[in-house]
Amino acid sequence: MPGRVLLIEDEPNIIEAISFILTRDGWTVHTHSDGETAAERVRRMPPDLVILDVMLPGRSGYDILRDLRADPETRLLPVMMLTARGQTKDRELAEQLGVNLFMTKPFSNAEILEHVRSLAGT
Amino acid sequence: MINFNLLAGISLGYVALLFLVAALAERRALRAPSRWLRSPLIYTLSLSIYCTAWTFYGAVGYAARSGLEYLTIYLGPSLVMLGWWWILRKLVRIGRTQRITSIADLISSRFGKSTSLGVIVTLLCVVGITPYIALQLQSLALSFGVFAGAAGADWERSDFNSVALWAAVGLTLFTVLFGTRNLDSSERHNGVVTAIALEAVVKLAALLAVGIFVVWGLGGGPTEVMDRIAASEIGVWDQSAGRWMGLTFLAAAAFLCLPRMFHVLVVENSSERHLLTASWAFPLYVLLMSLFVVPIAVVGLELMPEGANPDLFVLTVPLSQGQEGLATLAFLGGFSSATSMVIVATIALATMVSNHIVLPLWLSSRPAGGAMMSGDVRAIVLVARRFSIAGVLALGYIYYYLSGGSGALASIGLIAFVGLAQILPAMIGGIFWRGATRTGAALGLVLGFVIWLWTLFLPSFGEGAVMSTQVMTEGPFGIAFLRPEALFGTMGLDPILHATFWSLFLNTFAFVVGSLVSFPTPIERLQGAQFVNVFEHSPGTPTWKPAAGQAEDLLIMSQRILGANEAQEAFERAAVLQGKTGFLPDVTPEFVQSLERQLSGSVGAATAHAMVSQVTEGSSVSVQDLMAVADEAAQILEYSSKLEAKSDELERTARALSDANEKLTALSIQKDAFLSQISHELRTPMTSIRSFSEILRDGDLDPDAQERYAQIIHSEAERLTRLLDNLLDLTVLENGQGVINREQGQLRDLLDRAVSAACGEGDRLLIRRDRASETLELDTDLDRLVQVFINLIANALKYCDAERPELKIQLRRLRGAYVIDFIDNGSGIPSESQDVIFEKFSRLGDQARAGGAGLGLAICREVMERLGGRIAYLPAQGGAAFRVWLPQAQAMAAQ
Repeated sequence: MPGRVLLIEDEPNIIEAISFILTRDGWTVHTHSDGETAAERVRRMPPDLVILDVMLPGRSGYDILRDLRADPETRLLPVMMLTARGQTKDRELAEQLGVNLFMTKPFSNAEILEHVRSLAGT
Repeated sequence: MINFNLLAGISLGYVALLFLVAALAERRALRAPSRWLRSPLIYTLSLSIYCTAWTFYGAVGYAARSGLEYLTIYLGPSLVMLGWWWILRKLVRIGRTQRITSIADLISSRFGKSTSLGVIVTLLCVVGITPYIALQLQSLALSFGVFAGAAGADWERSDFNSVALWAAVGLTLFTVLFGTRNLDSSERHNGVVTAIALEAVVKLAALLAVGIFVVWGLGGGPTEVMDRIAASEIGVWDQSAGRWMGLTFLAAAAFLCLPRMFHVLVVENSSERHLLTASWAFPLYVLLMSLFVVPIAVVGLELMPEGANPDLFVLTVPLSQGQEGLATLAFLGGFSSATSMVIVATIALATMVSNHIVLPLWLSSRPAGGAMMSGDVRAIVLVARRFSIAGVLALGYIYYYLSGGSGALASIGLIAFVGLAQILPAMIGGIFWRGATRTGAALGLVLGFVIWLWTLFLPSFGEGAVMSTQVMTEGPFGIAFLRPEALFGTMGLDPILHATFWSLFLNTFAFVVGSLVSFPTPIERLQGAQFVNVFEHSPGTPTWKPAAGQAEDLLIMSQRILGANEAQEAFERAAVLQGKTGFLPDVTPEFVQSLERQLSGSVGAATAHAMVSQVTEGSSVSVQDLMAVADEAAQILEYSSKLEAKSDELERTARALSDANEKLTALSIQKDAFLSQISHELRTPMTSIRSFSEILRDGDLDPDAQERYAQIIHSEAERLTRLLDNLLDLTVLENGQGVINREQGQLRDLLDRAVSAACGEGDRLLIRRDRASETLELDTDLDRLVQVFINLIANALKYCDAERPELKIQLRRLRGAYVIDFIDNGSGIPSESQDVIFEKFSRLGDQARAGGAGLGLAICREVMERLGGRIAYLPAQGGAAFRVWLPQAQAMAAQ
């Protein structure tokens, strides 16, 4: 039942934390930390869920999301966004672009696990 | 009797004195601009290089042979100074505004910075002046020979040659030492000019002393001497008016066109007002120089044995009377005349040869863009100039050696005059006639040059030497029409007048017709307008489009030519004028123009133009722009330069206003962005801390993982603390709170502290310092200053992406201020980002690797402002480079 999650994030410690939590729950976690090549990576090997950070080197999470939504292959792919910039207009922009879930850092482990299960689950 | 060794010793002593004077003057000029060194008196005296050994010795010989005709040689320049000073004033003004380095540069620059015209004029000058330099060497050798002969020695030809050789070597040394101090030939050679002024006094004093001795000591007083003159052939006035006018005109033309005269008149001129003094003082000097020529000639002819060389009467008359001291003074006078001419002529010629022949060749031998990107042009220019000096003197010696030191002194001088006068039409036409074109100038110059070679220069080697007797008497291939001394069938004219008339007539004719039928290029029109209307305007201000990115390339190139400090200052000044901060002004046409002018002071107009074009080509400064500049310059400048100054000001104000507006808008955006940034910087470490602490709370971990996660929590908590500290620090600094703890300390110790605090064990960064030079006593907040240093070193550690990262830390003194440069060898910061790096959270590139919050440089800037110093990014250094200006009042040199 649990599937594959692609985590696009550039902070090594946050990558390690999220990977640990999801792996412990039975998910297969792939990570990618460069904004420039992220959309390409999703297209090459589409996961069941993308966790996308907003501030990435090379390209912002918003731009990556826009790309994914513009491509028929990934238009419906569940995307969960993480941001450390918790302003309302950030959330609005993300929702406008078609994000499935917008989460502000820091989060509790239970919270992220619950959302991953509901978005990527059966 | 004075023997040769003693005389050689006296000459050496005199030369040593000249070296000393030159060195002292250079040092004085370095310390402070001296009013005395740059007085009208020194300027007038430096003009006396017009009086060479030819006039010192040769005038007496000339008078002995041809009577009063020698006066024409003095009359011409005096007329120029008295009556034509407005031409000189215009030349001086153009020379300064366009940073002209030589007469070849003037012609080349006026006619569209043409490389070929520069080459033509340079060749003409080299060919014309080489015999003239040979003549000076010959007079030196002859005067030594006179003393040796009087002492009983019988000199062989080889003895004369070796004296000439030693003179040439010594002069090369002096000229290289004092003539290539500054690369910028439009900067003045204080040492050389002062030494020459001294020589001017010596030669005048010597000639006057001999004259007084002859009139009162030998001739029995003025009345007696006048009678003798009246009785001799010299006093007979049977001069032809044509020859007098012709020779006077020739001397006047040569005065304006001789490279060495142009050099002292225009290039070394420091104030137009000096011309006012020189306009009466120089004719007076010349009058004194010519006063006793006839008496010496008359008495000499009576006293000396038949067949004695009248060119040497100034020496031989006192010697024959046993007046050794006087003869030695006369010798030094002749020595001064010869050496000063050679030194200045060589500097002028060497500048031309290196700027118009060597550098263009060097430039064209490299691929496009090469001038900018590789090699130190400065070093090449200096080497080129030094070799050119040696080359010019070598040519002079070789000419002397081959010509066998024959020929009366005066005729060689006159031949050179006619050759150089060929530049006159292009020069006068160039500064008074906007319609003059490059084609016209080239045609005129080449035609005049060829006719001069044919009718005067080549025949001067003697019949049968270069030209066969047959060619001389019957013309080439029997065409009598082209006989060198009877061109187009004009018989019976004196060869000098014949050559002067035909060469200048055809030269001017070709120049005018060529200019009328050819169409000037935009850059020629631009230069033409600027030369002809030099008194009415400063360069125009057409509309422009800034071209980004080129400013840095131009700076890289300029640093290579002008040197780092001067180039950086010039760029900073230009940026300030445009209302910008930093080192990189917008690349506007007028900035490019002024930069070109500045560079041309070092390498000549044509070369500077070629180099700048290599950078700006294909960009917004196109032919269309130049055309626009030319048109606007020509039209606007002529009518209303005042209006233009106003609109200039308006434009600057408008730009400043729009800048302010942008800044205000940016400020409110920045406030939002700042909050959002702080949020991001705080939440990121908190995310890791929260997540891992929950994982630890869940338990069920192996001890290794437990240990590792606790470590992460710890380091992220530290990161959080550091961030808060920095934020607090910055807030305190920005609000001007906090105390400054002033302490005294050595810069070296502070840098030591910073290096050991910033660098850890395994760091690969190599820090290059010259610890010995870091002796600077500081009195400021030392901890804060160290904080700035640590930040800069830490940045190099984090961001320098070179294979073998290096950071150069260098203390320098810049116009009274102390600065420290931190320059690494990485790829630097792109010019579009250089403006923002001092803003808060403006970290570029990979965040994870950097590990900071992007506050370091913002803090540095605030700290330096608090301490009364400054920090800025220094572009065009290869890698990332920061310059820290130490607080002025708080830095004291250790000595």
